[in-house]
Formats: sequence, structure tokens, C-alpha cells
Amino acid sequence: MAHETVEQLGRIREKYAAKFAFTDKTYLLICGGTGCHATGSIKVKEALEQQLAEHDLSDKAEVVETGCNGFCAMGPLLVVQPGDVFYQKLTIADMETIVKEHIIGKKPVERLLYKDPVTRKRIASQKEIPFFAHQEPVVLRNKGLINPESIDDYIARDGYSGAAKALLEMDGEEIIEQMKISGIRGRGGAGFPTGLKWEFASKSPGETKYVLCNADEGDPGAFMDRSILEADPHAVIEGMIIAARAINAGKGYVYARTEYPLAISRLTKAIEQATAYGLLGENIFGSGFGFAIEIYQGAGAFVCGEETALMRSIEGKRGMPRPRPPFPAHKGLWEKPTVLNNVETLASVAQIIRHGGSWYSAMGTESSKGTKVFAVSGDVNNIGLVEVPMGTSLRTIIYDIGGGIPKKKKFKAVQLGGPSGGCIPDAYLDTPVDYEAIAKVGAIMGSGGVIVMDENTCMVDMARFFMEFIQDESCGKCTPCREGTRRLLQILEKICEGRGKPEDIDKMRELSATISQTALCGLGQTGPNPVLSTLRYFMDEYEAHIHDKRCPAKRCVALLKFEIDRDICTKCGLCFKHCPSDAIIWKKKEVARIEKDKCIKCLTCYDKCKFGAIF
Amino acid sequence: MAKSPHPVHEDITPEMWTGIDRVIAEHKSVSGAIITVLRECQDIAGYLPVELLDYIAKGLNLPSSEVFGVASFYSLFSLVPKGRHTIKLCLGTACYVKGIKEVMSRVTNTFNLEEGQVTEDKRFSLEGVRCLGACGLAPVMVVGQDTHGDVSPDKILGILDNYT
Repeated sequence: MAHETVEQLGRIREKYAAKFAFTDKTYLLICGGTGCHATGSIKVKEALEQQLAEHDLSDKAEVVETGCNGFCAMGPLLVVQPGDVFYQKLTIADMETIVKEHIIGKKPVERLLYKDPVTRKRIASQKEIPFFAHQEPVVLRNKGLINPESIDDYIARDGYSGAAKALLEMDGEEIIEQMKISGIRGRGGAGFPTGLKWEFASKSPGETKYVLCNADEGDPGAFMDRSILEADPHAVIEGMIIAARAINAGKGYVYARTEYPLAISRLTKAIEQATAYGLLGENIFGSGFGFAIEIYQGAGAFVCGEETALMRSIEGKRGMPRPRPPFPAHKGLWEKPTVLNNVETLASVAQIIRHGGSWYSAMGTESSKGTKVFAVSGDVNNIGLVEVPMGTSLRTIIYDIGGGIPKKKKFKAVQLGGPSGGCIPDAYLDTPVDYEAIAKVGAIMGSGGVIVMDENTCMVDMARFFMEFIQDESCGKCTPCREGTRRLLQILEKICEGRGKPEDIDKMRELSATISQTALCGLGQTGPNPVLSTLRYFMDEYEAHIHDKRCPAKRCVALLKFEIDRDICTKCGLCFKHCPSDAIIWKKKEVARIEKDKCIKCLTCYDKCKFGAIF
Repeated sequence: MAKSPHPVHEDITPEMWTGIDRVIAEHKSVSGAIITVLRECQDIAGYLPVELLDYIAKGLNLPSSEVFGVASFYSLFSLVPKGRHTIKLCLGTACYVKGIKEVMSRVTNTFNLEEGQVTEDKRFSLEGVRCLGACGLAPVMVVGQDTHGDVSPDKILGILDNYT
């Protein structure tokens, strides 16, 4: 006879079958991710519930607050099921209209539908919107669909069946074998094969072992892990249970950024629910195997995303890396064998076990299997969370899914891999998403941040920005990183201020090579990458700064004259209207002029001028 | 066992000391709890003055140098007092590309307030923070608990008027 927990999962699945087929009533799925919360989704949700109550519809329609839907730029968002109708940028006042016209009148509210920026047509169905149509959700299969605070919702969508299979039907070796067949590689950025990592830890001698989840998502411009934890926390827990079973660990920690309060609160609830259901704790599914999870909040240090630094931090020390070997699989947290995986990796595990490793390896390229989640942001129309099979081109992500560059501006570069990554120019946009292919063009796959930059971005300034980040976050333990990044930053600052010399380029190259070869951990070793990739593709911009003392993108304040070109100025007065310090003199039908002593060099006029008349 | 007497500090009230004692007692026997203790004590007292760090060190039976080392390593911990409202400007890549630098300079100019400092009237403190993960709303400003997306130099002064 099946164990009572397994039977309970079966009963829950039967009970909720109608809910996820949307056959019993209307479901109003409102996005409750961090982005939508900030744009007011909580109040919109309350207004919607109130409207339903007023119209006596509370039995026929149910409001569900889901995790991050992914289309963050369009919040607050609402999807109505059945029908798959997608509403965007909602206000409290819109709720009455939606209830009256759509729920009662059965007719979607045209003006609140998504409008395609290219065809200018309204699109009703979520899956027909280009942003969603080109995606293939595997890790994100439950996003925008289930209530992340309900374990029953997760179970109804086959949740915890992977863990049941792993604990009742497989031994550690079989689990690891399936992970190896799947070909999945670490989604935190380094891309180490997950199955292999588990195998090392499982073969490591020792009674006490740990499974850690790295939710210290520090790369600027990356919000995949936050969204996964907000939308589907149980998927991460289930992955950790399976990993623990594979290496025989009894205890796990999730190391989460303290900047993610909503993710932490949802994960805390999920752990409580899983414990109450007997899915965490002693003797899970009657298998004799026990596992518990604790959340550990970080305290704001980028370097703690590095595995050995993260473990130091959990031990209550300054989060500084140590040399490897010994690797964590042999000596990790509290010197015990430890497996550390990224959120996205762990969220993929249950499905790999449920469907088998070869199901997963059927997706992707020769060396990069499965799907990858990206956080697309910056100068792009459709900002949000994107999941595509490995092998999809960057162009598809930026143009087909991302909808291209706003305000008719020209694409300049896409930044991948955060401060360890690089900037890729237009010529290489057909590069497929694949660990090796991306490394070849000078960036890294990284954790999944994709930041699009238009022609107004200065690439020298971007290199300076990343170096400032690395320099500030360097823990100071090893000299190449502590001192080397400081010198690189000084040179870049000099160039941005118009004091650069031709020999600076070679100096930066030499310094970068030394840092890469000698720094202790990944932060330092990859730190010079943003400099190297911009030197490789945007040398003309460096030369303009150094030789002509000119910033082509007009971002480096020290190189701008703050003067107005009389021939280009159309006398429109936009600069005058927006200047915060009354430094612009302008009358109707007259060319504007800037009074230098009043000007605070805030660049407002540069941004407002549509004609590039200010130089 | 006699409790060690609380040091005198102008910013820490007797109620706060009671809370701090409770936090220390709760975590005393847990190894590696120092970061949690520092965070909870900062939540109570607003920041971590040196006197408090010493008190925590004594309470957890750790060298003061180790506690100070941890407190000064992580950016979450502040060893100086904060204003009534903390303005956090996200310095992530997406926010940078979309012009947070200009927003920062507007705040700095208007309130005569540098990053990491407090205004004289203690109204605002200003922090440049690492990516908040709300890139869809870039550029992002957080005041207290409120997130404001898509801010611009023009808009922020109006928003900040609401925080007195």
C-alpha cells in the first residue's frame, strides 16, 4: 500500500484537477511579483475582489495572486482564464470595467489589452503576444498560473511527484545517472555539469553532508532567481530534496539575498507547508530518508555568490573565498561535503527526474542542454523574464521576444553575464545561447542577465561602471583583485574625464591579463572581462575619448561642452522647459543658449533634445 | 548569572536594550549566528554604533574584532545613524543604462546630500544600492519601504515631497 503522504498527494491532484483545466469557474490570475507589487497590484487585487463581491460573483470567479508573470514592464497584470485574456497596466478604476464587461458581459475590454508596438494591433490572448509566443517554459511552467503560497496548487501541477519517485523508486546512483544523462549544467553562470558535482559529493566519505541553494543573485540586471522563488518556491524545495537524496544529506540551507523580502517570505511559507505535509522532516514518504531546510539571509556582499565565500558567510564570518581545492564536494560548509546549486538549476531537477534525463537533453544544443531563463532589461521594449531552449539566438531574444529597441533608437550592444561578462555588438547577434558559443564572442552565459543598450550608451562609461562595481565588491583578500581592479578603474576614470593617454590601452590589457591569471576567485578572474570585451568591439569609442577628447554617446560629462549648435537647434524650447536650474535662455522662435555658470551638468537637456543639437 | 550592564548610548532606549538582549539570548548557542544577530539588532536600534557592537561581542562571547570585521564587511550594516527616510537608488546595470546617474546627481544637488550621508535635518539618508532585481521598472528608487519605478530627475522631487 502506498504511503499516506503519497496518497495525500494523489487526493490533492484529483481535487484540483478542474481548477487548472479552468472548467469549474473563472480564474482571475493577478501578478504578485515584486515588480507588479511596486506598481500597485495589491490595491488592484483588492478592488477586483470587492467588485466581484458587489456583483455577487464570488462563487463564480476566483482571484488568484500568482508569482511573477514575467512581463514586468507591463504591470500590474491580469490574466483571465478560461480564455487566456491578458490585461496590462491596470488601475483600480479598471476593475469595475473588467467585471462588468468581461466577467458579466463576456466581452474582453479592448482598451486594456496588449498593443503590439510594431503592428499597433491589440492582442487578446496571452500566448499570441510575441513576448510569450516565442518562449518555452520549463523551469517557469507554473509562473503566472499557481498561487505560490499554496502547496496544493503546486501539488496539483504534479508537484512533489519527482521527489516521490526519487525517494521511493530510485537510489542515489540512479538519480545522479539521470542528472548526468540530462546534461544540465550549473545555471549560476559557471556551467559545471550538475550530475558530476553531485557524484563527487556523493562519493565523498562522511556522515554529515549539506545541500545548499545559492539564491544570492548579485549580478546587476539579473532577476531570474528572485522571480522563480516568488512564483514557484516549492520547485526549488523539491529540487533540494532530490539533491539531498542523491548525496545523502540531511540538512540544507537556502542562502538568499536580503534585498529580496518577498522571495524570502514566500519561501519561508513554502518550507512551513512542506514540513506540515511531511515532505520535509523525518522519514519522507516513509522512505526512511529525512531532510530539513533552513533559510539563511545574506547581508549584502556580491562576493558571497562565490561558493566558498557563501559557505564562510553561513558560518558567520566575513564572506571571503578560499583557494580550491579542496572543493566543496569534499570540504564545504563546516568542512563537510557539500553540494551548492543555483536556484534555477534546482528548480529544473524535479522535472528531470519525473520525465527522465533524456527528455531534458532532447532540448538545446550539443554542449548546452535544456532551457535557460533570462532577465531581459535595459533599452528594449518588452522588459521581463524569458525562458528559451538553449541554442536560441540573441537576436530572437532581443527582437522577437524583446520587441526591439524603443524610441526608434539604434541597437549598440547587449551585455551578458553581469560584471563577469561582456558586451556583444550587432555583428554577433546571431550567436546562439550556448555556453561555448557565447564565450567565443567574449562574453559568458552567466546567470542570465541580458541588458540591451542603445546608441546613447557610452561603452567606455559602461566599462567604468562595471569596474567600479567589481572594485567596490572586491573582498580585499588577494592583491591582484584588490589592487588591480582599483588601477583599472583609475585608468578608466581618467579616460572618461578626458585625461586618457594612448598607452593606457596597452596598460589596461596587460593589467587585465595579470588579474585574470592570478586572482583567487571567479570575481577577480573574470573582473576584467567588461574592459576586454569593450576594447575588442568598441575601440573607436576609446580612441574618441583618448585622442579627440570626445564622448560619441554624449554621456561623459567632463567631455561635453554644454553648448547648443545654432544650425541644428529647431527652437522648440524643450530643453528650456526641462532645465532644473534655469540655465537655459530661450524665447519663442529663438535659438536656445546655455548659461554656463548656472548649469549643473545634469544632462537633462541632452536627453530632452530630440535633434542632438547640444554638444 | 548577572547581566552585563547596558552601556550608555543616546540613540538606544531601554526598550531597545531589552530587545537586543532578547536577540542575543536567542542566538547565543547557535554557531554562525552573528550576521542574524547584527541584522536583528540593527532593525531594533536603527544602526550599529561601536558600543552596541562591543555589547553584542560580549554577549555572543566573540572577540570584538571579529564582530566589527563582520559588521564592516557587509553593506547591509550601517555604523552611522540614518535619516528618517532612506533613499535607495538602484545602481544595477539596467538602472544605470536608463539614467540613474542623472537621478543621483539631482538628489545630491537638491539636498546637498552625498551617498552614504544624512541631511542635516535628518530627513533623508542616501544610499546607492546593488541591483534590486526590479529591472522591469528601471530606473528604480526605494524610499523606506516604497518602491518607485521609472523615475527621472524631473519626477523624483515631487515623490520626495511626500516624505517629511
